[in-house]
Amino acid sequence: MRLADLMGPLLGFIARAITGAQGHWLGCPPSNEQRIYIANHQSHFDLVLIWAALPAELRPRVRAIAARDYWTKSKFKTWLTTDVFNTVYVSRTRANPDEDPLEPLVEALRQGDSLLIFPEGTRSAKGEPLPFKAGIYHLAEQFPNVQIIPTWIDNVQRVMPKGEVVPVPILCTVTFGTPTQIQPEEDKKAFLERTRAEMMALKPGGWRQ
Amino acid sequence: MSELKHWSPADQIALLFGLLFGLLLLITAGGVLYRAKNPVEELTIEPRSARAQFRRDLNASWIGALLFWLAWISGAVGSTILFGLFSFFCLREFITLQHTTRSDHRTLIAAFFVILPLQYIVVANRRFDLFTVLIPVYAFLAIPVISALSGDPKRFLERNAKIQWGVMVCVYGLSHAPALLLLEFPRYQGRGAFLLFFLVTVVSIAQIMQEVASRSLRRRPAVRAISRSFSKRAWWIGALSGAFVGALLYWVTPFKAGQAFVLAFLAAGSGTLGALVMKAMKREAGVHYWGNRSSITGAIGLLDRTAALCFAAPIFFHSVRWYFKLSV
Repeated sequence: MRLADLMGPLLGFIARAITGAQGHWLGCPPSNEQRIYIANHQSHFDLVLIWAALPAELRPRVRAIAARDYWTKSKFKTWLTTDVFNTVYVSRTRANPDEDPLEPLVEALRQGDSLLIFPEGTRSAKGEPLPFKAGIYHLAEQFPNVQIIPTWIDNVQRVMPKGEVVPVPILCTVTFGTPTQIQPEEDKKAFLERTRAEMMALKPGGWRQ
Repeated sequence: MSELKHWSPADQIALLFGLLFGLLLLITAGGVLYRAKNPVEELTIEPRSARAQFRRDLNASWIGALLFWLAWISGAVGSTILFGLFSFFCLREFITLQHTTRSDHRTLIAAFFVILPLQYIVVANRRFDLFTVLIPVYAFLAIPVISALSGDPKRFLERNAKIQWGVMVCVYGLSHAPALLLLEFPRYQGRGAFLLFFLVTVVSIAQIMQEVASRSLRRRPAVRAISRSFSKRAWWIGALSGAFVGALLYWVTPFKAGQAFVLAFLAAGSGTLGALVMKAMKREAGVHYWGNRSSITGAIGLLDRTAALCFAAPIFFHSVRWYFKLSV
Protein backbone atom coordinates (compact mmCIF):
# COMPACT_ATOMS: atom_id res chain seq x y z
CA MET A 1 0.00 0.00 0.00
CA ARG A 2 1.35 3.38 -0.98
CA LEU A 3 1.40 6.38 1.30
CA ALA A 4 -0.90 8.15 -1.16
CA ASP A 5 -3.59 5.48 -0.63
CA LEU A 6 -3.64 6.37 3.06
CA MET A 7 -3.44 10.10 2.52
CA GLY A 8 -6.79 10.30 0.71
CA PRO A 9 -8.84 8.68 3.48
CA LEU A 10 -6.85 10.63 6.07
CA LEU A 11 -7.66 13.96 4.40
CA GLY A 12 -11.27 12.82 4.07
CA PHE A 13 -11.35 12.06 7.79
CA ILE A 14 -9.90 15.47 8.64
CA ALA A 15 -12.45 17.14 6.37
CA ARG A 16 -15.26 15.28 8.13
CA ALA A 17 -13.94 16.16 11.59
CA ILE A 18 -13.66 19.82 10.68
CA THR A 19 -16.68 20.40 8.48
CA GLY A 20 -18.97 17.41 8.85
CA ALA A 21 -18.73 17.21 5.03
CA GLN A 22 -22.33 16.20 4.56
CA GLY A 23 -23.35 15.27 1.03
CA HIS A 24 -26.98 16.00 0.18
CA TRP A 25 -28.06 14.23 -3.01
CA LEU A 26 -31.09 16.36 -3.77
CA GLY A 27 -31.36 15.96 -7.54
CA CYS A 28 -29.84 12.54 -8.17
CA PRO A 29 -28.59 9.49 -6.26
CA PRO A 30 -24.83 8.90 -6.00
CA SER A 31 -23.87 6.70 -8.93
CA ASN A 32 -20.88 5.47 -10.86
CA GLU A 33 -22.24 6.76 -14.18
CA GLN A 34 -19.98 9.11 -16.06
CA ARG A 35 -20.66 12.64 -14.84
CA ILE A 36 -19.25 16.14 -14.83
CA TYR A 37 -19.70 17.81 -11.47
CA ILE A 38 -19.64 21.60 -11.69
CA ALA A 39 -19.16 23.30 -8.35
CA ASN A 40 -18.67 26.77 -6.91
CA HIS A 41 -15.09 27.48 -5.88
CA GLN A 42 -14.34 29.37 -2.69
CA SER A 43 -11.29 27.75 -1.12
CA HIS A 44 -8.59 25.12 -1.52
CA PHE A 45 -10.63 23.03 0.83
CA ASP A 46 -13.38 22.54 -1.79
CA LEU A 47 -11.75 19.56 -3.45
CA VAL A 48 -11.18 17.70 -0.18
CA LEU A 49 -14.71 18.51 0.93
CA ILE A 50 -16.34 17.07 -2.19
CA TRP A 51 -13.97 14.13 -1.99
CA ALA A 52 -15.14 13.47 1.58
CA ALA A 53 -18.81 13.95 0.69
CA LEU A 54 -18.66 11.42 -2.16
CA PRO A 55 -19.17 7.75 -1.31
CA ALA A 56 -15.77 6.01 -1.18
CA GLU A 57 -16.49 3.80 -4.19
CA LEU A 58 -17.04 6.82 -6.45
CA ARG A 59 -13.88 8.65 -5.46
CA PRO A 60 -11.30 6.93 -7.72
CA ARG A 61 -13.24 7.73 -10.91
CA VAL A 62 -14.08 11.36 -10.07
CA ARG A 63 -11.08 13.43 -11.14
CA ALA A 64 -10.77 17.10 -10.29
CA ILE A 65 -9.24 19.70 -12.56
CA ALA A 66 -6.13 21.45 -11.29
CA ALA A 67 -4.22 24.38 -12.74
CA ARG A 68 -0.87 23.01 -13.87
CA ASP A 69 1.18 26.13 -13.06
CA TYR A 70 -0.07 26.32 -9.46
CA TRP A 71 -0.37 22.66 -8.48
CA THR A 72 2.97 21.48 -9.84
CA LYS A 73 4.96 24.26 -8.18
CA SER A 74 6.37 22.09 -5.39
CA LYS A 75 7.00 18.38 -4.99
CA PHE A 76 4.35 18.10 -2.29
CA LYS A 77 1.69 19.82 -4.38
CA THR A 78 2.51 17.59 -7.34
CA TRP A 79 2.35 14.47 -5.19
CA LEU A 80 -0.95 15.57 -3.66
CA THR A 81 -2.63 16.25 -6.99
CA THR A 82 -1.14 13.31 -8.88
CA ASP A 83 -0.87 10.41 -6.45
CA VAL A 84 -3.58 11.23 -3.94
CA PHE A 85 -6.34 12.90 -5.94
CA ASN A 86 -5.42 11.76 -9.45
CA THR A 87 -6.34 15.17 -10.85
CA VAL A 88 -6.32 16.24 -14.47
CA TYR A 89 -3.98 19.16 -15.13
CA VAL A 90 -4.92 22.04 -17.38
CA SER A 91 -2.69 24.89 -18.49
CA ARG A 92 -4.01 28.36 -17.89
CA THR A 93 -1.68 29.80 -20.51
CA ARG A 94 -1.06 28.30 -23.93
CA ALA A 95 2.50 27.26 -24.69
CA ASN A 96 1.79 27.62 -28.41
CA PRO A 97 -1.27 28.83 -30.30
CA ASP A 98 -2.17 25.33 -31.54
CA GLU A 99 -2.41 23.78 -28.10
CA ASP A 100 -5.95 23.01 -26.95
CA PRO A 101 -6.15 23.55 -23.18
CA LEU A 102 -9.14 21.21 -22.99
CA GLU A 103 -7.25 18.27 -24.49
CA PRO A 104 -6.44 16.57 -21.14
CA LEU A 105 -10.11 16.84 -20.05
CA VAL A 106 -11.35 15.39 -23.33
CA GLU A 107 -8.85 12.57 -22.91
CA ALA A 108 -10.09 11.82 -19.36
CA LEU A 109 -13.71 11.80 -20.48
CA ARG A 110 -12.84 9.45 -23.36
CA GLN A 111 -11.37 7.05 -20.82
CA GLY A 112 -14.70 7.04 -19.01
CA ASP A 113 -13.67 9.06 -15.96
CA SER A 114 -15.97 11.56 -14.27
CA LEU A 115 -14.73 15.10 -13.83
CA LEU A 116 -15.01 17.70 -11.12
CA ILE A 117 -14.76 21.19 -12.55
CA PHE A 118 -14.87 24.59 -10.90
CA PRO A 119 -16.11 26.56 -13.93
CA GLU A 120 -15.48 29.95 -12.32
CA GLY A 121 -11.82 29.26 -12.98
CA THR A 122 -10.64 30.74 -9.71
CA ARG A 123 -11.69 31.04 -6.10
CA SER A 124 -14.35 33.66 -5.46
CA ALA A 125 -14.75 34.60 -1.84
CA LYS A 126 -17.37 37.32 -1.98
CA GLY A 127 -21.01 37.19 -2.94
CA GLU A 128 -22.23 35.52 -6.08
CA PRO A 129 -20.09 33.12 -8.08
CA LEU A 130 -18.17 34.57 -11.04
CA PRO A 131 -19.40 34.00 -14.61
CA PHE A 132 -18.49 30.54 -15.90
CA LYS A 133 -15.55 30.01 -18.25
CA ALA A 134 -16.37 28.57 -21.64
CA GLY A 135 -14.55 25.23 -21.20
CA ILE A 136 -17.52 23.45 -19.70
CA TYR A 137 -19.62 24.38 -22.76
CA HIS A 138 -17.13 22.82 -25.17
CA LEU A 139 -17.01 19.65 -23.10
CA ALA A 140 -20.80 19.46 -22.96
CA GLU A 141 -20.90 19.89 -26.73
CA GLN A 142 -18.39 17.11 -27.37
CA PHE A 143 -19.89 14.71 -24.81
CA PRO A 144 -23.63 15.33 -24.92
CA ASN A 145 -24.40 12.06 -23.13
CA VAL A 146 -22.40 12.79 -19.99
CA GLN A 147 -24.61 14.11 -17.18
CA ILE A 148 -23.69 17.51 -15.80
CA ILE A 149 -24.36 17.74 -12.07
CA PRO A 150 -24.62 21.24 -10.58
CA THR A 151 -23.04 21.13 -7.13
CA TRP A 152 -23.10 23.71 -4.35
CA ILE A 153 -20.55 23.77 -1.56
CA ASP A 154 -21.90 25.79 1.33
CA ASN A 155 -20.14 27.58 4.18
CA VAL A 156 -16.63 26.55 3.18
CA GLN A 157 -15.45 30.12 2.70
CA ARG A 158 -15.72 30.42 6.48
CA VAL A 159 -13.60 27.31 6.98
CA MET A 160 -10.59 28.50 5.04
CA PRO A 161 -10.76 31.98 3.47
CA LYS A 162 -8.35 32.74 0.63
CA GLY A 163 -4.91 33.37 2.06
CA GLU A 164 -5.35 31.34 5.25
CA VAL A 165 -3.70 27.95 5.77
CA VAL A 166 -5.29 26.59 8.96
CA PRO A 167 -8.95 25.57 8.62
CA VAL A 168 -11.49 26.49 11.29
CA PRO A 169 -14.11 23.87 12.24
CA ILE A 170 -17.44 24.96 10.79
CA LEU A 171 -20.14 22.66 9.47
CA CYS A 172 -20.39 22.56 5.68
CA THR A 173 -22.64 20.82 3.19
CA VAL A 174 -22.25 19.69 -0.40
CA THR A 175 -25.54 19.70 -2.33
CA PHE A 176 -25.79 17.74 -5.58
CA GLY A 177 -28.52 18.95 -7.93
CA THR A 178 -30.52 17.54 -10.83
CA PRO A 179 -28.45 16.29 -13.80
CA THR A 180 -28.60 18.56 -16.81
CA GLN A 181 -27.43 18.44 -20.42
CA ILE A 182 -26.89 20.86 -23.23
CA GLN A 183 -30.23 21.75 -24.86
CA PRO A 184 -30.72 21.60 -28.63
CA GLU A 185 -29.77 24.92 -30.23
CA GLU A 186 -28.60 26.35 -26.93
CA ASP A 187 -25.73 28.77 -27.54
CA LYS A 188 -22.66 29.19 -25.39
CA LYS A 189 -23.83 32.21 -23.43
CA ALA A 190 -27.25 30.75 -22.64
CA PHE A 191 -25.78 27.44 -21.56
CA LEU A 192 -23.21 29.00 -19.25
CA GLU A 193 -25.79 31.30 -17.66
CA ARG A 194 -28.33 28.53 -17.22
CA THR A 195 -25.93 26.09 -15.56
CA ARG A 196 -24.63 28.84 -13.31
CA ALA A 197 -28.18 29.69 -12.25
CA GLU A 198 -28.93 26.00 -11.59
CA MET A 199 -25.84 25.75 -9.44
CA MET A 200 -26.71 28.91 -7.49
CA ALA A 201 -30.27 27.69 -6.91
CA LEU A 202 -28.84 24.89 -4.76
CA LYS A 203 -27.55 27.25 -2.09
CA PRO A 204 -29.37 26.28 1.12
CA GLY A 205 -31.54 29.15 2.29
CA GLY A 206 -31.40 30.81 -1.11
CA TRP A 207 -29.75 34.08 -2.05
CA ARG A 208 -32.04 36.59 -0.37
CA GLN A 209 -31.91 35.91 3.32
CA MET B 1 -28.16 -0.15 52.28
CA SER B 2 -25.55 -0.04 55.03
CA GLU B 3 -23.92 -3.12 53.56
CA LEU B 4 -23.36 -1.23 50.32
CA LYS B 5 -21.27 1.36 52.15
CA HIS B 6 -18.66 -1.29 52.87
CA TRP B 7 -18.26 -2.29 49.23
CA SER B 8 -15.15 -1.13 47.43
CA PRO B 9 -15.61 1.95 45.23
CA ALA B 10 -15.08 -0.19 42.13
CA ASP B 11 -17.94 -2.52 43.10
CA GLN B 12 -20.23 0.39 43.91
CA ILE B 13 -19.53 1.98 40.54
CA ALA B 14 -20.12 -1.35 38.81
CA LEU B 15 -23.50 -1.54 40.57
CA LEU B 16 -24.30 2.01 39.45
CA PHE B 17 -23.65 1.17 35.82
CA GLY B 18 -25.46 -2.14 36.17
CA LEU B 19 -28.57 -0.32 37.40
CA LEU B 20 -28.27 2.41 34.77
CA PHE B 21 -27.98 0.03 31.83
CA GLY B 22 -30.57 -2.30 33.33
CA LEU B 23 -33.06 0.56 33.52
CA LEU B 24 -32.35 1.62 29.94
CA LEU B 25 -32.76 -1.98 28.77
CA LEU B 26 -36.12 -2.21 30.53
CA ILE B 27 -37.35 1.03 28.96
CA THR B 28 -36.15 -0.04 25.52
CA ALA B 29 -37.78 -3.46 25.86
CA GLY B 30 -41.00 -1.80 27.03
CA GLY B 31 -40.86 0.52 24.03
CA VAL B 32 -40.38 -2.39 21.62
CA LEU B 33 -43.34 -4.28 23.13
CA TYR B 34 -45.53 -1.18 23.03
CA ARG B 35 -44.63 -0.56 19.42
CA ALA B 36 -45.43 -4.15 18.48
CA LYS B 37 -48.88 -3.77 20.09
CA ASN B 38 -49.64 -0.38 18.52
CA PRO B 39 -48.32 -0.35 14.97
CA VAL B 40 -47.36 3.07 13.73
CA GLU B 41 -49.82 2.95 10.79
CA GLU B 42 -52.80 3.15 13.13
CA LEU B 43 -51.64 6.32 14.84
CA THR B 44 -52.65 9.88 14.17
CA ILE B 45 -49.98 12.48 13.65
CA GLU B 46 -49.62 13.72 17.20
CA PRO B 47 -48.78 10.43 18.97
CA ARG B 48 -46.62 9.57 16.01
CA SER B 49 -44.41 12.59 16.52
CA ALA B 50 -44.45 11.98 20.27
CA ARG B 51 -43.18 8.48 19.58
CA ALA B 52 -40.47 9.76 17.28
CA GLN B 53 -39.44 12.20 20.02
CA PHE B 54 -39.39 9.35 22.55
CA ARG B 55 -37.14 7.27 20.30
CA ARG B 56 -34.77 10.19 19.78
CA ASP B 57 -34.60 10.83 23.51
CA LEU B 58 -34.09 7.16 24.27
CA ASN B 59 -31.30 6.91 21.70
CA ALA B 60 -29.69 10.00 23.18
CA SER B 61 -29.93 8.47 26.66
CA TRP B 62 -28.24 5.28 25.44
CA ILE B 63 -25.46 7.26 23.82
CA GLY B 64 -25.12 9.41 26.94
CA ALA B 65 -24.95 6.38 29.23
CA LEU B 66 -22.40 4.64 27.01
CA LEU B 67 -20.24 7.76 26.87
CA PHE B 68 -20.49 8.12 30.63
CA TRP B 69 -19.33 4.53 31.03
CA LEU B 70 -16.50 4.98 28.51
CA ALA B 71 -15.43 8.17 30.30
CA TRP B 72 -15.29 6.28 33.55
CA ILE B 73 -13.40 3.18 32.46
CA SER B 74 -10.86 5.13 30.43
CA GLY B 75 -9.64 7.12 33.44
CA ALA B 76 -8.45 10.71 33.65
CA VAL B 77 -6.87 10.90 30.21
CA GLY B 78 -9.64 9.06 28.41
CA SER B 79 -12.45 11.02 29.98
CA THR B 80 -10.83 14.37 29.29
CA ILE B 81 -10.25 13.40 25.67
CA LEU B 82 -13.86 12.28 25.39
CA PHE B 83 -15.31 15.45 26.86
CA GLY B 84 -12.77 17.47 24.88
CA LEU B 85 -14.22 16.01 21.68
CA PHE B 86 -17.70 16.78 22.97
CA SER B 87 -16.66 20.38 23.55
CA PHE B 88 -15.17 20.53 20.08
CA PHE B 89 -18.36 19.37 18.39
CA CYS B 90 -20.54 21.67 20.52
CA LEU B 91 -18.37 24.67 19.77
CA ARG B 92 -18.35 23.76 16.08
CA GLU B 93 -22.13 23.75 16.11
CA PHE B 94 -22.30 27.01 18.05
CA ILE B 95 -19.87 28.83 15.74
CA THR B 96 -21.58 27.51 12.60
CA LEU B 97 -24.84 29.21 13.51
CA GLN B 98 -23.28 32.45 14.73
CA HIS B 99 -22.36 34.56 11.78
CA THR B 100 -18.66 34.93 12.28
CA THR B 101 -16.79 36.92 9.68
CA ARG B 102 -13.58 36.51 7.77
CA SER B 103 -11.56 38.60 10.22
CA ASP B 104 -12.54 36.25 13.05
CA HIS B 105 -10.50 33.48 11.47
CA ARG B 106 -7.40 33.74 13.67
CA THR B 107 -9.52 34.16 16.80
CA LEU B 108 -11.46 31.02 15.96
CA ILE B 109 -8.25 29.10 15.38
CA ALA B 110 -7.10 30.16 18.85
CA ALA B 111 -10.43 29.14 20.37
CA PHE B 112 -10.52 25.71 18.74
CA PHE B 113 -6.89 24.71 18.69
CA VAL B 114 -5.30 26.53 21.63
CA ILE B 115 -7.84 27.41 24.32
CA LEU B 116 -9.90 24.23 24.05
CA PRO B 117 -7.04 21.71 24.27
CA LEU B 118 -5.27 23.76 26.93
CA GLN B 119 -8.34 23.77 29.17
CA TYR B 120 -8.65 19.99 28.95
CA ILE B 121 -4.94 19.41 29.50
CA VAL B 122 -5.24 21.47 32.68
CA VAL B 123 -8.24 19.38 33.77
CA ALA B 124 -6.47 16.10 33.12
CA ASN B 125 -3.62 17.27 35.34
CA ARG B 126 -6.05 18.26 38.12
CA ARG B 127 -4.69 21.83 38.20
CA PHE B 128 -7.98 23.16 39.51
CA ASP B 129 -6.55 26.56 40.50
CA LEU B 130 -5.53 27.30 36.90
CA PHE B 131 -8.54 25.48 35.47
CA THR B 132 -11.02 27.90 37.02
CA VAL B 133 -9.32 31.04 35.69
CA LEU B 134 -7.79 29.97 32.39
CA ILE B 135 -10.85 30.89 30.30
CA PRO B 136 -12.57 33.63 32.38
CA VAL B 137 -9.31 35.54 32.85
CA TYR B 138 -6.68 34.67 30.24
CA ALA B 139 -8.82 33.63 27.30
CA PHE B 140 -11.23 36.48 27.98
CA LEU B 141 -8.39 38.91 27.36
CA ALA B 142 -6.63 36.95 24.63
CA ILE B 143 -9.67 36.70 22.36
CA PRO B 144 -10.21 40.47 21.85
CA VAL B 145 -6.47 40.99 21.47
CA ILE B 146 -6.29 38.49 18.60
CA SER B 147 -9.40 40.04 17.10
CA ALA B 148 -7.92 43.53 17.33
CA LEU B 149 -4.77 42.32 15.61
CA SER B 150 -6.91 41.27 12.66
CA GLY B 151 -7.36 45.00 12.03
CA ASP B 152 -11.11 44.94 11.44
CA PRO B 153 -13.13 47.28 13.71
CA LYS B 154 -16.49 46.36 12.20
CA ARG B 155 -18.91 45.05 14.87
CA PHE B 156 -15.89 44.43 17.06
CA LEU B 157 -17.64 44.01 20.40
CA GLU B 158 -20.37 41.82 18.98
CA ARG B 159 -17.92 39.52 17.20
CA ASN B 160 -15.86 39.07 20.35
CA ALA B 161 -18.88 38.48 22.51
CA LYS B 162 -20.03 35.64 20.25
CA ILE B 163 -16.73 33.84 20.41
CA GLN B 164 -16.23 34.45 24.12
CA TRP B 165 -19.69 33.14 24.83
CA GLY B 166 -19.14 30.07 22.71
CA VAL B 167 -15.90 29.29 24.50
CA MET B 168 -17.41 29.99 27.91
CA VAL B 169 -20.40 27.69 27.40
CA CYS B 170 -19.04 24.94 25.18
CA VAL B 171 -15.52 24.68 26.58
CA TYR B 172 -15.47 26.11 30.10
CA GLY B 173 -18.91 24.83 31.09
CA LEU B 174 -18.51 21.38 29.67
CA SER B 175 -14.97 20.89 30.98
CA HIS B 176 -16.43 20.82 34.50
CA ALA B 177 -17.91 17.42 33.77
CA PRO B 178 -14.55 15.59 33.63
CA ALA B 179 -13.38 17.85 36.46
CA LEU B 180 -16.10 16.34 38.65
CA LEU B 181 -14.82 12.87 37.83
CA LEU B 182 -11.38 13.96 39.01
CA LEU B 183 -12.36 15.99 42.07
CA GLU B 184 -11.00 14.39 45.22
CA PHE B 185 -13.12 14.42 48.36
CA PRO B 186 -11.65 13.26 51.67
CA ARG B 187 -12.86 9.66 52.31
CA TYR B 188 -14.54 9.61 48.89
CA GLN B 189 -11.61 8.61 46.65
CA GLY B 190 -12.34 6.87 43.39
CA ARG B 191 -16.06 7.64 43.38
CA GLY B 192 -16.08 10.68 41.07
CA ALA B 193 -18.44 8.92 38.66
CA PHE B 194 -21.20 9.20 41.27
CA LEU B 195 -20.86 12.97 41.37
CA LEU B 196 -21.23 13.28 37.61
CA PHE B 197 -24.10 10.81 37.67
CA PHE B 198 -25.76 12.84 40.45
CA LEU B 199 -25.39 16.04 38.44
CA VAL B 200 -26.67 14.62 35.16
CA THR B 201 -29.61 12.94 36.90
CA VAL B 202 -30.86 15.99 38.79
CA VAL B 203 -30.46 18.25 35.75
CA SER B 204 -32.37 15.87 33.49
CA ILE B 205 -35.12 15.36 36.08
CA ALA B 206 -35.48 19.13 36.40
CA GLN B 207 -35.76 19.55 32.63
CA ILE B 208 -38.31 16.78 32.27
CA MET B 209 -40.39 17.97 35.22
CA GLN B 210 -40.33 21.57 34.02
CA GLU B 211 -41.59 20.43 30.61
CA VAL B 212 -44.31 18.25 32.17
CA ALA B 213 -45.33 21.04 34.57
CA SER B 214 -45.58 23.66 31.84
CA ARG B 215 -47.78 21.33 29.79
CA SER B 216 -50.17 20.49 32.60
CA LEU B 217 -50.23 23.95 34.22
CA ARG B 218 -50.77 25.81 30.96
CA ARG B 219 -49.56 29.01 32.60
CA ARG B 220 -49.04 32.08 30.53
CA PRO B 221 -45.46 31.94 29.20
CA ALA B 222 -43.22 34.34 31.14
CA VAL B 223 -41.02 35.13 28.13
CA ARG B 224 -43.16 34.40 25.11
CA ALA B 225 -40.70 35.62 22.52
CA ILE B 226 -38.04 33.20 23.72
CA SER B 227 -39.84 30.14 25.02
CA ARG B 228 -43.50 29.21 24.90
CA SER B 229 -43.18 26.71 27.71
CA PHE B 230 -41.17 28.60 30.32
CA SER B 231 -43.03 29.95 33.31
CA LYS B 232 -41.82 30.76 36.81
CA ARG B 233 -43.99 28.17 38.48
CA ALA B 234 -42.86 25.46 36.03
CA TRP B 235 -39.26 26.43 36.75
CA TRP B 236 -39.79 26.08 40.51
CA ILE B 237 -41.42 22.69 40.04
CA GLY B 238 -38.54 21.55 37.85
CA ALA B 239 -35.80 22.78 40.17
CA LEU B 240 -37.50 21.44 43.31
CA SER B 241 -38.09 18.02 41.71
CA GLY B 242 -34.41 17.94 40.82
CA ALA B 243 -33.54 18.88 44.40
CA PHE B 244 -35.87 16.22 45.77
CA VAL B 245 -34.38 13.47 43.61
CA GLY B 246 -30.95 14.77 44.61
CA ALA B 247 -31.82 14.43 48.29
CA LEU B 248 -33.02 10.86 47.65
CA LEU B 249 -29.69 10.11 45.97
CA TYR B 250 -27.59 11.58 48.79
CA TRP B 251 -26.10 8.18 49.63
CA VAL B 252 -24.16 8.01 46.36
CA THR B 253 -22.51 11.36 47.13
CA PRO B 254 -20.21 12.62 49.87
CA PHE B 255 -23.04 14.95 51.00
CA LYS B 256 -25.61 14.65 53.76
CA ALA B 257 -29.26 14.64 52.67
CA GLY B 258 -29.78 18.38 53.33
CA GLN B 259 -26.60 19.34 51.53
CA ALA B 260 -27.51 17.11 48.62
CA PHE B 261 -30.91 18.84 48.45
CA VAL B 262 -29.41 22.34 48.27
CA LEU B 263 -26.67 21.43 45.81
CA ALA B 264 -29.11 19.56 43.60
CA PHE B 265 -31.43 22.57 43.68
CA LEU B 266 -28.59 24.84 42.56
CA ALA B 267 -27.56 22.50 39.75
CA ALA B 268 -31.11 21.78 38.59
CA GLY B 269 -32.20 25.42 38.71
CA SER B 270 -29.15 26.72 36.87
CA GLY B 271 -29.42 23.95 34.31
CA THR B 272 -32.99 24.83 33.33
CA LEU B 273 -32.17 28.56 33.33
CA GLY B 274 -29.14 27.79 31.16
CA ALA B 275 -31.35 25.97 28.70
CA LEU B 276 -33.52 29.10 28.56
CA VAL B 277 -30.48 31.27 27.84
CA MET B 278 -29.43 28.97 25.01
CA LYS B 279 -32.96 29.14 23.66
CA ALA B 280 -32.68 32.93 23.54
CA MET B 281 -29.46 32.60 21.57
CA LYS B 282 -31.08 30.17 19.17
CA ARG B 283 -33.96 32.59 18.63
CA GLU B 284 -31.49 35.29 17.75
CA ALA B 285 -29.79 33.00 15.25
CA GLY B 286 -33.25 32.24 13.85
CA VAL B 287 -33.49 28.53 14.62
CA HIS B 288 -35.65 26.45 16.94
CA TYR B 289 -33.22 23.66 17.63
CA TRP B 290 -29.50 23.75 17.09
CA GLY B 291 -30.02 20.65 14.99
CA ASN B 292 -32.94 21.64 12.83
CA ARG B 293 -30.95 23.42 10.17
CA SER B 294 -29.40 20.07 9.31
CA SER B 295 -30.15 20.61 5.64
CA ILE B 296 -28.00 23.70 5.80
CA THR B 297 -25.22 22.94 8.19
CA GLY B 298 -25.30 19.23 8.86
CA ALA B 299 -25.44 20.02 12.57
CA ILE B 300 -26.54 17.15 14.72
CA GLY B 301 -28.14 18.99 17.61
CA LEU B 302 -25.55 18.04 20.20
CA LEU B 303 -25.79 21.47 21.76
CA ASP B 304 -29.50 20.93 22.43
CA ARG B 305 -28.61 17.99 24.61
CA THR B 306 -25.73 19.51 26.48
CA ALA B 307 -26.89 23.13 26.98
CA ALA B 308 -28.31 22.58 30.47
CA LEU B 309 -25.24 20.64 31.57
CA CYS B 310 -22.92 23.38 30.29
CA PHE B 311 -24.48 25.80 32.78
CA ALA B 312 -25.18 23.44 35.66
CA ALA B 313 -21.74 21.81 35.80
CA PRO B 314 -19.67 24.90 36.69
CA ILE B 315 -22.22 26.14 39.26
CA PHE B 316 -22.36 22.71 40.89
CA PHE B 317 -18.61 22.20 40.77
CA HIS B 318 -17.74 25.55 42.30
CA SER B 319 -20.43 25.41 44.98
CA VAL B 320 -19.14 22.01 46.05
CA ARG B 321 -15.55 23.19 46.14
CA TRP B 322 -16.43 26.35 48.00
CA TYR B 323 -18.72 24.77 50.58
CA PHE B 324 -16.48 21.83 51.35
CA LYS B 325 -13.31 23.95 51.16
CA LEU B 326 -11.59 21.47 48.86
CA SER B 327 -8.10 22.76 48.37
CA VAL B 328 -7.04 20.75 45.32
